[in-house]
Amino acid sequence: MNDPINVLTLFLFNIILVNIPLLYGTVGEILVEKSGSLDLGVEGTMAIGAIFGYLAGCAANSLAVGLLVSFLTAGLCGLLFSLLTVSLQANQNVTGLTITTFGLGLYFFVGKGIGERWPAMTASEGLVKGYASLEFPLLSKLPVIGKALFSHNILVYLGIAIAIAVWWYLNFTKTGLRLRAVGENPGAADSVGVNTLLYKYVHLIVGSGIMGLGGFYMALYMSGSFEGSNCWINGYGWIAIALVIFANWNPALAILGTLVFGFFNTLQIYSGPLAGVFPGPLGWLNAIPPQLYKALPFLITAIVLVASSVRKREGSGQPAALGLNYFREER
Amino acid sequence: MEKQQYAIEMRGICKSFGSVAANKNVNLNVRPGEILALLGENGSGKTTLMNMLSGIYKPDSGVILVDGQEVVINSPEDAKRLGIGMVHQHFKLVDIFSAADNIWLGDDKSGAILKKDRYTTVRDMAQKFGFDIDPRKKVYNMAVSEKQTLEIVKVLCYGARIIILDEPTAVLTVQETAKLFDVLRRMKASGHAIIIITHKLNEVLEISDRVAILRKGEYITTVDTASTDEQRLTEYMVGRKVELNIQRPVVEKTRPLLELRDLTIKNDEGAVAIDQVSFYIRGGEILGVAGIAGCGQKELCEAIAGLRPIEKGMMIHKGANIVGLPPKAILEKGISMSFIPEDRLGMGLAPSMSVTDNMLLKKYDQSKGPFVDRKTGRAEAQQIIKELEIVTPSTETPVRRLSGGNVQKVLLGREIKAGPNVIVTAYPVRGLDINSSYAIYDILNRQKKDGVGILFVGEDLDVMIDLCDKIMVLCHGRVMGVVHAHKTSKEELGLMMTGALDLRNKHEDKPAGIARDSRIEDREEEEG
Ligand SMILES: Nc1ncnc2c1ncn2[C@@H]1O[C@H](COP(=O)(O)OP(=O)(O)OP(=O)(O)O)[C@@H](O)[C@H]1O
Ligand SMILES: [Mg+2]
Repeated sequence: MNDPINVLTLFLFNIILVNIPLLYGTVGEILVEKSGSLDLGVEGTMAIGAIFGYLAGCAANSLAVGLLVSFLTAGLCGLLFSLLTVSLQANQNVTGLTITTFGLGLYFFVGKGIGERWPAMTASEGLVKGYASLEFPLLSKLPVIGKALFSHNILVYLGIAIAIAVWWYLNFTKTGLRLRAVGENPGAADSVGVNTLLYKYVHLIVGSGIMGLGGFYMALYMSGSFEGSNCWINGYGWIAIALVIFANWNPALAILGTLVFGFFNTLQIYSGPLAGVFPGPLGWLNAIPPQLYKALPFLITAIVLVASSVRKREGSGQPAALGLNYFREER
Repeated sequence: MEKQQYAIEMRGICKSFGSVAANKNVNLNVRPGEILALLGENGSGKTTLMNMLSGIYKPDSGVILVDGQEVVINSPEDAKRLGIGMVHQHFKLVDIFSAADNIWLGDDKSGAILKKDRYTTVRDMAQKFGFDIDPRKKVYNMAVSEKQTLEIVKVLCYGARIIILDEPTAVLTVQETAKLFDVLRRMKASGHAIIIITHKLNEVLEISDRVAILRKGEYITTVDTASTDEQRLTEYMVGRKVELNIQRPVVEKTRPLLELRDLTIKNDEGAVAIDQVSFYIRGGEILGVAGIAGCGQKELCEAIAGLRPIEKGMMIHKGANIVGLPPKAILEKGISMSFIPEDRLGMGLAPSMSVTDNMLLKKYDQSKGPFVDRKTGRAEAQQIIKELEIVTPSTETPVRRLSGGNVQKVLLGREIKAGPNVIVTAYPVRGLDINSSYAIYDILNRQKKDGVGILFVGEDLDVMIDLCDKIMVLCHGRVMGVVHAHKTSKEELGLMMTGALDLRNKHEDKPAGIARDSRIEDREEEEG
């Protein structure tokens, strides 16, 4: 543990391991927001995906089942959001907050009530195996970055693959083009025959499903432990909403945003060890009060939010009709 | 010989929004290879009727036939399939997309992957229809006429045979309109059925074969264009005899109220928009500003209202310098500006607020105490609704629900209610029907009689010659001269607008735009 190289490697390794669930949340929310819906229910959606995915995964003793169920149950949250805001024209902010409250409530109800009687993850061989690190053949043998980048569990790779896939989908397919049009100007999209209703429904469901996968990841990372009073998601859903803005609604940039945020998030834990093994160059890390480390990720987020709010309209990826309900006969 | 089948036939169409009956039992038909003009006052239900063809609204009752077959149009998708295409009053384009992508959106033929060759495909298609568009240009960088062209190309690309244009000429210059009409004639020759909405009667007479007329949602009649004239069309529209001439009352003029001297203003891109312009407005006179669109009119209005920084020069109101004052201070001095932008909804009003609230918007700080004084606001709203004959269900209706023309009347009404001493108004009759336009001219004349100085930025030279006392002509941000309206002609103005005629030094003893009894000289003497 006291080997400098070892500490550095672990630090970098954890930046990725601990923060990729954020990437799921962010990419899911980008897909949702691109359809013009501002869903503030990310935290609740991830919690639902986490708890049901985990329980199903344990019961079936299979990672694939866990993934599928977390995607589907979180997708149901998206369906609920669509029903309320797209079909019934409810206010999006209120609906999103409701889903968060509801999701967390259900999480605690199921988790504390039933969950404690379920076997711990160690008892589910399928989940443990599925969550184990996969080492890239040659790359993982590289010093430092081999461990830090190329020997992670499958969900890390899946998250990055999804981010890139969504980026490609948005920019290089006709469905993606239409989706962006729906988020920008639903009236325009509608007038050329794009089914705005369908586009909103589908992308809310799929986007929410992706958030749910991030929740499932968190469940595995916490090995399904219900100790302590925190939810597994622990505020990641809210940070994901901010990261969407940081990433300028670009899923590829979301990978970068996750790493930047993750850097500070992980520094919080590793400042002590890093200062210990590199007393010369990094000794000052210890001088910073630990409270500041806790605040730092949020401080950075706040700064980014302010900085991105001055961005010019043309360069911004924010959908122009974000948060506005669309009703064809209204004008 | 059997009569040619109608491309579109509407029978007994009714449509209400809440308590507002927008269309009552309307009949309409148009044949292939024919141009039908749809005429009616603001709020008479023209847009509503056309939106039922394009699938935006569904009729409450009545039938629609396309090529003789009864159809139900549930969505814009259905309309597209039936070959109906509409260019909307407020463009339906995605601002941040390129021209090509806006068309590609609704294209069903190409594959699922976006390829670079869509740009050339779109350019080729446009060329086939006789248009020249830059497929990579983003919509937010386009001038209105380009957006208009893009909308038409879009409709043609989807294979529309029935083309509806809702007030396409409201924001076009005379030259652009002529070009558009050439296009329409070409489409007509190739067998398209065309319905066009416009408030400009000369255009109706020029382009259409027949004219259908709506009044307050009711269908009045359809007449052959060849057998009618402006006077008769107006009577059908309004329902009574109307006088179509503009007064120019002669009023005692005061010393200059607002004087601008050597003013230089830059536009958003940082280029010079107004170049060393000098002019003055007296109380009791209307000074017209003529010029080809985009010659600095917008920048000039914004600068006077304090919304745009002034690079150089003086702006003197009643002898006091107002350069650099914030908009609110300028407003308090009694200088009011109403600019009707090209997109008409863009400036001056809050669309989702009610008529009353919009009346209160500019004087929220005048009411005493922490509460909003709705009562006087409502009374004022009622008054302008009556005076300007605004069609609205109530004073509490959100402005965006009103028809395009009525929105504008609210804007102008509010400006006049504030009791200004200088009115700067740009394109106040854009999209207004004849009757309302004359009502606006009347209001301006009444203000003039009360000693208000008016700067009138206009488009229609005939109107300006009749209404204004003097006309200043701009060309590329420079003044080409200030002429007396009763001594000039359309031809002279036209030459000045293109820069072919320069009358700045017509009078040797007096440079154009500088008053003999200027208050600026007073100041300089005081200072000196
Ligand atoms: N979506 C809507 N909701 C409520 N009222 C509406 C709606 N659309 C139109 N109306 C009302 O129906 C009437 C007719 O409006 P419409 O836009 O068809 O008039 P128009 O003839 O196109 O007028 P203009 O020349 O000013 O554009 C107006 O009184 C308007 O307020
Ligand atoms: Mg209209």
